[in-house]
Amino acid sequence: MAVVTAQMPDEAKHALLQTVLRLGDNALILGQELSKWVSRGPTVELDIALANQSLDLIGQARLLLDYAGRLEGKGRDEDALAFHRDAWDFRNVLLVELPRGDFAKTILRQFFYALWAEAFYGALRQRRDETLAAIAGKSVKEMAYHARHAGEWVVRLGDGTAESHRRLAEALAELWPYTHELFMSDQADAEMVAAGIIPDVEALRPAWEGAVSEVMDAAGLAIPEDTWRPAGGRNGVHSEHLGFILAEMQHLPRMYPEATW
Amino acid sequence: MNAEAAGQPDLTVIKGVWAVLETVKDPEIPVISVIDLGIVRDVREGDAGLEVVITPTYTGCPATRQIEADIRTALDRAGYRAVGLVIEMSPAWTTDWITPEGRDQLRAFGIAPPVGKPGKRALFGEADQVQCPHCGSHHTEMVSEFGSTPCKSLWKCNACREPFDYFKCL
Repeated sequence: MAVVTAQMPDEAKHALLQTVLRLGDNALILGQELSKWVSRGPTVELDIALANQSLDLIGQARLLLDYAGRLEGKGRDEDALAFHRDAWDFRNVLLVELPRGDFAKTILRQFFYALWAEAFYGALRQRRDETLAAIAGKSVKEMAYHARHAGEWVVRLGDGTAESHRRLAEALAELWPYTHELFMSDQADAEMVAAGIIPDVEALRPAWEGAVSEVMDAAGLAIPEDTWRPAGGRNGVHSEHLGFILAEMQHLPRMYPEATW
Repeated sequence: MNAEAAGQPDLTVIKGVWAVLETVKDPEIPVISVIDLGIVRDVREGDAGLEVVITPTYTGCPATRQIEADIRTALDRAGYRAVGLVIEMSPAWTTDWITPEGRDQLRAFGIAPPVGKPGKRALFGEADQVQCPHCGSHHTEMVSEFGSTPCKSLWKCNACREPFDYFKCL
């Protein structure tokens, strides 16, 4: 970390900060969404599973936002970044801020995201930024476990009853357009790819789509035809849903900034 | 900073620190020490004197902070106030680092130790063959991939009918 960031010009440091915020905010918002299942899971095992996955994601967010705070250099720690930023400062993709919906929608989103994160972190481990590579090395194992768990449930629901199939099909139609944003990149990403700091996300896409197709085939569902490609979260342009998530998540630390547990 | 921390590492001090670490147990699984769990990576001479290097197990594991605090307290109580505590994430912790003694302690506590190679299982590969820690039977099945803590999954034994925790292979 020290080797790479110390020699960086300000623009490159800013691009790295964007990258880290995007990863950290994805993990934070999805972790927060998943935590809403606690005590409401369809079975006690799934309740525990979703809570565990939420915990993994928030753990990853903590490491990433801690690093973002150090890169920013304004003395903000991970809590300050999580609880004292407004919606337009968040850099997560729209997929993770959509309302969690029913279990089918939650598990399908988890499958799409975990499979993407497993591939991304897997490649990130080999890149030049030591801090990101170390965080990726830990996170990739957790995301592989999430992808497997969610993938098994996608097959079970798709290949289950008429009702579970219907719900999964509805979730697929709603969520699929949002998956494209996971593979979008801009100037900041291109700089980071050129600097050897992050993998080229486009190169990860064929394997991701292959694994998704395999699971969808087993689930008896077809990937929808492309309609629209909603995006913007990575640049701070969010749906109306993020505001509600933040209102709940940030309410306490904003009312009582120095509150401790 | 004390005299020995500034100069060459003192072997008796290093041995003493290891002996203290041996007494620090995992807060969730109080039979296994932080050494046998593979959390302690090294006791070494750092820039600011002697330091204990530890690694987190799961990124979001709430026990990690408790373990840090427990190690700090144990070192302070034993008079090693000058010894630092450093957290390193890379290379990532793996269940391979649980010692053979640690595996025996887990089994005795009713938790099946991890088997197989971490990360080898494909998206829908075969599940691990897990042995029941109570009766030793391999006739077991997984109830839930996630358990009471991030590091465990929930299993049951079809031979003795007892449920048990399995330490996930990571």
